[in-house]
Formats: sequence, C-alpha cells, structure tokens
Amino acid sequence: MAKVPVQFRLNGSDRAAFVDAPETLLETLRRGLGDFAPKYGCGQGACGVCTVLVDGEPQLSCLTLSISCEGRQIETASGMANGPELHPLQAAFMDHFAAQCGFCTPGMLTVARALLSRNPNPTRDEVVEAISGNICRCTGYEPIIAAILTAAGSPASRRAGGGNHA
Amino acid sequence: MLDVRSCASLSEAAGILSGDRQAHLIGGGTLVMREVNEGRLTSGTLVRVTDPAFRQMSAGGARIEIGAGVTMAMVLANRDLAFLHPAARAIGGPAVRTMATVGGNLFAQTPYGDFTVALLALDAQIVVQAGYSSGRGIPIEEFLAARERGGQGLVTAVQFARPQNAGDFRFRKISRVKPKGISLMSIAALLPAAGGRISQPRIAYGAMAPTPVRARGVERALEGKTLDAGAIHAARQAALEGCRPATDAIASEWYRREVLPVHLGRLLAGEER
Ligand SMILES: Cc1cc2nc3c(=O)[nH]c(=O)nc-3n(C[C@H](O)[C@H](O)[C@H](O)COP(=O)(O)OP(=O)(O)OC[C@H]3O[C@@H](n4cnc5c(N)ncnc54)[C@H](O)[C@@H]3O)c2cc1C
Ligand code: FES
Ligand code: FES
Repeated sequence: MAKVPVQFRLNGSDRAAFVDAPETLLETLRRGLGDFAPKYGCGQGACGVCTVLVDGEPQLSCLTLSISCEGRQIETASGMANGPELHPLQAAFMDHFAAQCGFCTPGMLTVARALLSRNPNPTRDEVVEAISGNICRCTGYEPIIAAILTAAGSPASRRAGGGNHA
Repeated sequence: MLDVRSCASLSEAAGILSGDRQAHLIGGGTLVMREVNEGRLTSGTLVRVTDPAFRQMSAGGARIEIGAGVTMAMVLANRDLAFLHPAARAIGGPAVRTMATVGGNLFAQTPYGDFTVALLALDAQIVVQAGYSSGRGIPIEEFLAARERGGQGLVTAVQFARPQNAGDFRFRKISRVKPKGISLMSIAALLPAAGGRISQPRIAYGAMAPTPVRARGVERALEGKTLDAGAIHAARQAALEGCRPATDAIASEWYRREVLPVHLGRLLAGEER
C-alpha cells in the first residue's frame, strides 16, 4: 500500500515522514524520526510509557494514528532539556531518585509537564491523578510524586510546564 | 491490508460505514487501536471523521446535544456539563480522556462503558446516521439492545434533557484501584423530585449485565417516595432485579451481586463511599 505523507512540529522543529495509513504515532516517532523517548510498553493504552503531548495535551502515541497528527504540535521528553541544562522536572526527578530503571520516566515527565503547564501549584491528589495512567514498576511512585511537587514549588516552577521549545 | 479513510463530512463517513461491512469508525481509537496493535484487526478500513460537527457541543440550554466525537476531556472542560464531570472523569487516566470519545463509549464492551451508564440514566437519544440519509434519534435502550448485532451506522451525536437541578443526577464508579481502575460497577441515578417526592426516577448500572441496564425494580421502589431510610431500604431490596453480572478479572459475579445494594444505598443516601 502506498505511503502517506505527514507533517507536524516535533519539539519545535518541522518534521515530515512517509507513513503507512494505519501507522501509530509511536512507530513514526521511534522508527521514522528517531525519537526514542516515548517507549513501546503494552500497545494497549495501559502503561503510559508512550505518552506524548499533542497540542499540549497528553495522548497515548501507541493508540494514535500518525495521520491524525498532521499540522499538530508534538512534544516528547526529548525536547525538555536545553542542551546540558535539564528541565526543572528532570532535575527534580534526579534529586528524588524518581527514576530507577527509567523506562517509565519519559511518560511520567510528559504527564507531569502537562499538569504543571495547566496547574503550576498542584496538590498531592492532583499529582496522583495526573500520573494515574502511567505505571512504574520500580519506584513505588512516592519519589515521582515528591519530584513533581518539588518541581512545582521550585523557583523555576513557572517554567516547569514548558520545555526548551515551549 | 488495513486502510484509513479520512472523511470531511458526516454523510461521507456514514455512507462508507453502511456500504462496507469491513469498515470501522475510529473515534479516539482507544479501543480500535488496541485491536490493530494486537493483530486482531488487520484488514478493512478505519473511517476517520474530520467534520467539525462531529466534535460540537450545545450544552447551554435545557436540551443538550454532544457530538459523538467529543472527548471526555472536552466534557470536563465544559462548565455547563458539570453534572456529567464525575462520569467523564471515571474514564481511564488523563491521556485516555484526551482521546476517548462519547461515541466510542457507547460501543465499549462491559465492564467499560461508564459514560454510557450516565447517558442511560439521562434517557438519551442516540442520533444514528445510516447511509447518506439524515440522522435519526433512537432511545438509548433500543440502541444498546441492538448494539451486538452491529451495522447500526454512524453515531453522530447524543441528546438529552438537562436535569432540572444538578443535584438530581448522581453518578458513582466503584473500582478497586484508585484513582484509575476498571469498573467493578458503575451506578447513575436521575432522581427528579416534585413536592419532595421522587417522580419518574431512572437508575442505570454498568458492569451488572452484558450492556448497561436500567434498574427498573429500584425505579418502582422509589417512585412517589421521599428519599428516606425506608425508601432506600426498599430500593436496596430491589437492587438486583434484571442484573446478569459476569465473573471477570475485576470481580466475580457473586461479589458484584453482594456489593451492589451497598453501593446503591450509599449513592441514594448521598454518603461518601
Ligand atoms: C487504559 C484504558 C483505560 C480505560 N478505562 C475506561 C474506563 O474506566 N471506563 C470506560 O468506560 N472505558 C474505559 N476505556 C475504554 C475506552 O477508552 C472508552 O470506552 C472510550 O470512550 C472509547 O472511545 P473511543 O473514541 O476511544 O473508541 P474507539 O476505539 O475509537 O471505538 C470503539 C468502538 O466504537 C465504534 N465507534 C466509535 N465511535 C463511533 C461512532 N461515532 N459511530 C459508530 N461507531 C463508533 C468503533 O468502530 C469501535 O468499534 C479505557 C481504555 C483504555 C485504553
Ligand atoms: S505503550 Fe502506549 S500505553 Fe503502553
Ligand atoms: S523507574 Fe522503572 S518503571 Fe519506573
């Protein structure tokens, strides 16, 4: 079957790819465009490791058709750091040992970023709700919750929702 | 081979769905794309609707219309639909809610379909468009009864009357994992009152039968009563009428039957869970 062209902005840069019609955004990002931050965990919407932002809202890239992203803004965890300077959320994750194996981390950072851009001072319950679609098998969640609350309260908190290219 | 067709109009999509048994509408894709990823859906056509009418809402007045392509996140962002927020918030986590549509929820197999339980209690009309003709409203119970036969065409919208008072409508999802877990059951209740007495209540359950069902015994027990301890006791006694729950990974049939009256009683009494 003929490939279909799709264009969108990925972490602030214009990108284009030829995709199979039913191809998922996750496949296009990883295999087509070489962005390996979003991961393939379950392919069922259940684990959240593939979460990316589409026009600022968290979306599961394993269940999203690439062609539905034509002209949209896609942001992944790859776009959060500014060179060697980590995003406040990434720094807080390091400080709190919120990443162990790290497999869930890009998804966690992404949902946290969506939360803080909408709500710079979330309560603990709001953080728990924001990460409720993301599974972590290592940390027991508490370090992740602490990291997100710390990033929210940090002097850089106003920047915490945005990324390098936001 | 699986193909995707993007349709700029509702009638184009409805035409394809009616003419081709191998065509499946894709709303948010949270269920359809699982089938694709699992290799269970490998041929036919996924039909996408890009018509803005599919995602429109008219929620300010007494009669509410929600486009079938409206997502749970869009419902949550609409203040006029505040009474429905507990039902929209019950669907998955934030990323699922950005994607999951009202139309897709009508087709979700039990124990999913929590939003549909709310629509059943609200006596919604499901607007279905078959072929290129215009849409026609079908009562939700009729729609659910026919659902398993398939081939109904394109659902374009749902319509229902706004509850007279926001407090007349109650919704509760019971799950083991908080804040996000699959339904053990969900319960929606529309309890309009005239002169302090309940008049024409509608109670609906999710995960207590193969599709969301009405609790007619409870409705009869509450009709004309004030919502006091006696009425709630009678409602609990009638709670299981019409239920055919399944045993699944979330709960056994026995457990669902045991706990339904408890949760119904709490919902009617306005108690926290
Ligand atoms: C992690 C996870 C958690 C979930 N949790 C819940 C939950 O708690 N409660 C719950 O109820 N659901 C849950 N779901 C299931 C699902 O997300 C919702 O039921 C959702 O509303 C389905 O909508 P959709 O737009 O994604 O459907 P799709 O996947 O797009 O479609 C589902 C089915 O409906 C058909 N369809 C969709 N729209 C139309 C239309 N307008 N006209 C005709 N046919 C149509 C499709 O052809 C398909 O057969 C969950 C899913 C995931 C992945
Ligand atoms: S890989 Fe997308 S949710 Fe698990
Ligand atoms: S750090 Fe290993 S899954 Fe979260």
